[in-house]
This record gives sequence, C-alpha cells and structure tokens, in this order.
Amino acid sequence: MGAFGHYLAAHLDTLKSEFWALFVGGVANGLLYGMIAVGYTLVYGVLRLINFAHSEIFMSGGFAGYFVLRYFVGSGAPPAGMSSVGLIILGVLVGGLVGAIVATVLERVAYRPLRRRNAPKLAYLISAIGASYFLFNLAGKEFGHLAYSTPQPYINHPVFHIFGAPVQMYFVIIFLVGLVMFASLDRIISKTRLGRGIRAVAQDAETASLMGVNIDRTIAITFIVGGTLGGAAGFLFGLNFGVVYTMGFVPALKAFTAAVLGGIGNLRGAMIGGLILGIFESLSLVFVQAAYIDVVAFGILVTVLLVRPTGILGERLGRAA
Amino acid sequence: MLDVKDAVVRYGTITALHGISFNVQQGEIVTLLGANGAGKSTTLRMLSGLHAPASGQILFEGKDVTKTKAHEFAELGICHVPEGRRIFPQMTVQENLEMGAFTRKGSTSEDLDKMYATFPILKDRRKQIGANLSGGEQQMLAIGRALMGRPRLLLLDEPSMGLAPMIVATIFGIIGEIRDSGTTVLLVEQNAAHALHLADRGYVMENGRIAFGDLAKNLLNDERVRAVYLGESVEG
Repeated sequence: MGAFGHYLAAHLDTLKSEFWALFVGGVANGLLYGMIAVGYTLVYGVLRLINFAHSEIFMSGGFAGYFVLRYFVGSGAPPAGMSSVGLIILGVLVGGLVGAIVATVLERVAYRPLRRRNAPKLAYLISAIGASYFLFNLAGKEFGHLAYSTPQPYINHPVFHIFGAPVQMYFVIIFLVGLVMFASLDRIISKTRLGRGIRAVAQDAETASLMGVNIDRTIAITFIVGGTLGGAAGFLFGLNFGVVYTMGFVPALKAFTAAVLGGIGNLRGAMIGGLILGIFESLSLVFVQAAYIDVVAFGILVTVLLVRPTGILGERLGRAA
Repeated sequence: MLDVKDAVVRYGTITALHGISFNVQQGEIVTLLGANGAGKSTTLRMLSGLHAPASGQILFEGKDVTKTKAHEFAELGICHVPEGRRIFPQMTVQENLEMGAFTRKGSTSEDLDKMYATFPILKDRRKQIGANLSGGEQQMLAIGRALMGRPRLLLLDEPSMGLAPMIVATIFGIIGEIRDSGTTVLLVEQNAAHALHLADRGYVMENGRIAFGDLAKNLLNDERVRAVYLGESVEG
C-alpha cells in the first residue's frame, strides 16, 4: 500500500467517525443554499435570466434580521423559551419582507425598463451586476466595512443526538424554517392559481397572456417570492456568521451552483441541488482543508456544466414536479 | 359584434397591416383567407392585444378595445387559439384546460365536463402532459382551452395545420358546433375550401390589405378565389 493508500485509509476512518456531525451541518447549509437557489430558478423560469443581484437580496435580509435582533436583544442576555421563538419568527419575517422589497425594487429599476425596450440578454446581465455593486457598496457605506456579530436570540445547545452526533439548536431552526418554506412554496407553485400563472409564463409567456395572465404582475410576484426566501436565508445565515456588506457574494454564488446542479428553472431541483451541494461540501472537509471548500463547490459547478448542463432534474421549466 | 376600422400594425419599420377594415356579426363564422405573409395571423394577434395597432380602431360589442392589453381580452370574451396550438408543454391536459378559465372565478368543473364530453380523447389523457399529445389532440386541447374562457368571440388560427385529413374534418365539425352553440368564430385558415364550406362570410387578404370580402358561397364561386386559393383551373 502506497502513501496515497494510507492517506485514504486514515481519512476514511475520520469520515466514518465524523460522518453524522458533518452530515447534519451539511444539511443545514444545504437548506440555506436551497432557499437562495429557488430565487435564481424562479426568476430564470419566467425571464430566462440569472438575477446576479440576488446576492444583495440575501445580504439585505441578513442586515434586516441583524437590526431586529440588535433592537430587541442588544447586548443583553439571550432570551429563552417563547421569546426566543418569537424573535426568530420575527427575524425570518422581517428578513423575508426586506428581501422581497429589495427584489421588487430591483425588478422595477434594473429589469423592467430593459424588458420594455426588448433589450438583449447581455444588457440584463450588466444591469444585474451594476445593481449588485450598487447595493453592496451602499450597504458598505451605510453600515461600514466591518462585520457585525448578530446578538443571539437563543442559547445554542445540542437539542438531540443523531447517531451520536449532536444537533445544535441553530440547525434545528434552519431545518424547521427551511422545511416550512419549501413545503409552502412547493404547494403554492403546484396547486394555486398564482402558481399556475407562474408556470404558464415560464412555459409560454405569450400564450399565458392570452389566457389572461398578467405577465408583468407574474414576474413581479416571482421576484417577491424569491426575495422572501432569499431574505429569510440571509437572516438565518447572519444569525450564525454575522453580517457584513459583502456577505452575499459567496453563499449566493454557491446557491447559483446548487440551482444549476438541480436543473435551473426547476423548483424542486433547486431545493435538491442545495441539499446535495451542502452535504457534499461538508463531507469534503474530511479530505481537504476548510480553505479549499469553495474549490469543491465551484468544482461541482464546472463539472455539472461540462457533463450535464441541464442538471440533475433537467430543465423541466415551470414544472413543480 | 366586432368592427375593425383602418387598423395599421407595424413591426419596427415594416408595416404588416396597411389599414384593414372588416367586421364580424354575432353568430357568424367569418374566415380570413390569403397567402403566407398576407397578414392573417397578424390580424388575429392584433385582436388579442399581442400587437397594438399603430392607428385605427377596434370595437368589440360597441366597446373600444384598441388599446386593451393582451391579458385583458380573455375576460372581455375574446379567446384566441394561437397558431401552432401553443399548448403548455409541461402541464397536464387538465391543467391546460384550467388555464383557459384563468380569469374566471368560481368552479370550472362544469366546463371541464363539457370539454371532456366534446373531446372524449382529452378525458382519457387528462393526466398526461401536453408535450406528449399528438398534433390532433393538441389542437383539440387548444380549442377546449379557449372555450374554457366562455368566449363570445373565438379566434382560430390555422386549426388544420399539419393534421391528417380525417382529423381536420373532425376539427371543422367541432368548429361548426361551436358556432351553433352561440359562439361567434373568426377563422384564419390555409385550407380555403374547408374554410369556405363552413364559414358564412370570408375576406381575402393580400399583402397586409383586405382585397375583397363576400358571402362564403359567393367566394367559393369567385374566379379569383378559385384560381389562387382553391387551386382549381378556371373553367372557360
């Protein structure tokens, strides 16, 4: 057995002993990626464009949640019990609301004027990048360039164990919020009139308008829905990692990877892609140093684009399933 | 019921319709004939708000709809079966039908039953996605979808395109039934013989203009129509 064999054997042992702890962390990260990724995939569905300013929607949600907690918790002791639950729900709602507002403004200012003029796709890309730079630099100017750590609305502790690995309160919160959001979104898109309108526009916008679907309104709604999930994800992310004006860049790029991995335009694909990316990234910590983890994520992006550009679930546009 | 006056439609610098005027009366089937590029589809698209007229006027049931937006026409009572059927490919047959009733409030189950009675094949396929239907099934679905909006005026664009003769006969039979049940029909059709046998009146379009119009039975005997659109040699 050569040196590589020893390397592998040693790491496989670590993988075995650390598997569940890494898995739990990966699922939590993956849910956050998925929450951001649905914003990319919904907007891609109706507009065929990647909203590269989505990272700033996430950042706005993070800051909104931070200010909520700074106001209610401040430097005092972390609350417990029902007030913790209430603060987390409030943070998710405010983060989601601010995300939705920023998304709406983006659509109005950066995209709708281009749509009116039938601008080429490249113009949308430039507009998105411009809007993104504007927004994060605005945040940098207003809030400074240093990271804030978020006042904790709860005491983090292991809630239960799964195969011996502790599951922290933070992860439980992400699981609950993520699952509720995914379940409601999935239901809205597949069962409601609103969702049917979004799917119709994604599949054939002109024909959808013949059926009486207001395309402008539908596009605005997809931005609102994507913005809500993205903003809420920003709050959950900021809860643990703090907030800073550049916080959106890397998580959003990874969420974009997740959306491509699952099949851009496919809602369930974005959720599944997020989970797979999160888990894969987390487990790869056994084999590479944490500093290289972004290399793993973007390696996946490049591989997917080369091997299966349509992603895991393919491009089944507008389809909930 | 429908009155088009001097309507002009431009695509950029190209003028597609040079001021057309025609009308459709309640309870009629009116057909627009003409070669490819004559402006027939553009006319229908204008009547659904997909191309706003640069000038002219469109009156529907006495109401000015010249500036009405595409998504507002279904509610007004004008439904459009577009060229190429344009079924939502990833929706099931039933979801496609329900899209036709998108602007309507209340239950659609009665209308669904009616559509399934008119098009039994769609009932068998109601859980299949649109992309998996044959051309004829897609055309029936496209018509059924438009009827779900309970239109008073139905716009049909090339319903026979690419279909086998037997299916074309079925579709034309259904168009006749639609008229008999009280829905007015404006039909664009390449198959002039079929269209004129079914229609009450017809207009012939050439190069973005209405060249002439008459009762369908007169057009069937019109030498110009027979030579150009019915593919017959003009008898001496």
